Amino acid sequence: MAKYLLLKHYRGAPASVNDVPMDRWTPEEIDAHMTYLDEWAAKLERSGEFVDGKALAPEGVWVRHDGEGRPPVTDGPFAETKDLIAGWMVIDVDSYERAIELAGQLSAAPGAGGAPLGEWLEVRPLYDYTPTITE
Amino acid sequence: MDEISLRSLVPAVITVLVRRGADFASAEDAVQEALVRALGVWSTDPPRDPKGWLVTAAWRRFVDQVRSDEARRARELKVEQEPATGAGPGADDTLELFFLCAHPSLTPASAIALTLRAVGGLTTRQISEAYLVPEATMAQRISRAKARLARVPLDQPGSLGTVLHVLYLVFNEGYSGSVDLTAEAIRLTRQLAAQTDDPEVGGLLALMLLHHARRAARTTPSGRLVPLAEQDRSRWDTALISEGVAILQAALARDRLGAYQAQGAIAALHADALRPEDTDWVQIVEWYDELVRLTDSPVARLNRAVAVGEADGPRAGLAALADLDPALPRYAAAAAYLHARAGDRDRAIELYAAAARTATNAAERNHLTREAARLRGQL
Repeated sequence: MAKYLLLKHYRGAPASVNDVPMDRWTPEEIDAHMTYLDEWAAKLERSGEFVDGKALAPEGVWVRHDGEGRPPVTDGPFAETKDLIAGWMVIDVDSYERAIELAGQLSAAPGAGGAPLGEWLEVRPLYDYTPTITE
Repeated sequence: MDEISLRSLVPAVITVLVRRGADFASAEDAVQEALVRALGVWSTDPPRDPKGWLVTAAWRRFVDQVRSDEARRARELKVEQEPATGAGPGADDTLELFFLCAHPSLTPASAIALTLRAVGGLTTRQISEAYLVPEATMAQRISRAKARLARVPLDQPGSLGTVLHVLYLVFNEGYSGSVDLTAEAIRLTRQLAAQTDDPEVGGLLALMLLHHARRAARTTPSGRLVPLAEQDRSRWDTALISEGVAILQAALARDRLGAYQAQGAIAALHADALRPEDTDWVQIVEWYDELVRLTDSPVARLNRAVAVGEADGPRAGLAALADLDPALPRYAAAAAYLHARAGDRDRAIELYAAAARTATNAAERNHLTREAARLRGQL
């Protein structure tokens, strides 16, 4: 088994096939999209492949250390930030091929007009355990 | 009664329930529930006959389950009659369960989960923590595995090869959660070895003991990997090494060589060297030749190339590497090591950095990055 992170982007991914912003969808289309995601996650739980998933608010701040004894500096949010993560899902699957298959299913969630969104998802392997036997 | 002794009763209790007529899936569930209860109650009020307690609790649970299950009403007649079993099976009578839980029709992940629960007596929560997934996910994996087994024809009994592979995978996963999977794999392999006379079981057990013996020396307290040549050999566990070597010799004497025995022999030759420079690399290469012959595995060929580099010099190692596919896991790391040994520092740095980018775990990535940095510092 190997764990993969599926990343959804608000910004920074190539354009979706069905590229209509969500605020232009009908309420029913939004409901259908959310239902699809919930059912898909529930299906993964039943197949024993679900690990974790969360959505992220688009607004955040940048923080950095500013020297000993001083409070951290905050900045932003920056509207021009190129890459903006919308949410993640961690899956634990038998193979890389299975991770790709599942990401494909997630990308098929319906969008405007009920057609599949065809959204680009980023698939990243998590670092695995360190094997006991290597030589 | 400690937890290990309690857990070691689980497979025998499942076997009792199955012999009384329960199906495996329900029996396993009932025993798991009895086990979870025992873990809670026994610390304050331990029973005089722990196995009898578990059998009674699990059987009651099973009967309750059957009664409450409308769809299974037809079965009631069968379970109402208290079975006339003779003496229950002993704790060593778990072979069938090993074969069932590691059945070839299951994916390795399912077989691992089921083996740890039904043979190892671990709770679903402990297994989920060890594999860093939610308990609900692990529970689903186990129930799907059992559903899959229910459809397996009786004439497909499973194979020792998959049982050994499952135990090997559990051992290799090491220690990440609340359960030490390395120790658990050794415990289960010992149990299997007591019931089978296949020398490959001995080979695997020896391999595990010999690697386990080096555990304290393999990482720094902060988790950094220490390569074999740099390990503090006084921290190797000599008792485990002696035991591993004795088991290996007994297996090899049977004259039915297999891949685990060959790997065990390689581990034994490493364990045998008091200093890295005492390592008998020529014999290690010969064992890798055997391993390649037995498995035709590209990973074995890669390790062989590194051993050739030690036995006949880095240029010979690089020549052995040249026949292999550069896409192999750890190819770049092996090439980096051999180039560094051959004095080609620039190429080694480049390869170590490339190897770090493709490492599949953080400890190896850090080690490879550090090697690149160390060589850069020598420029």
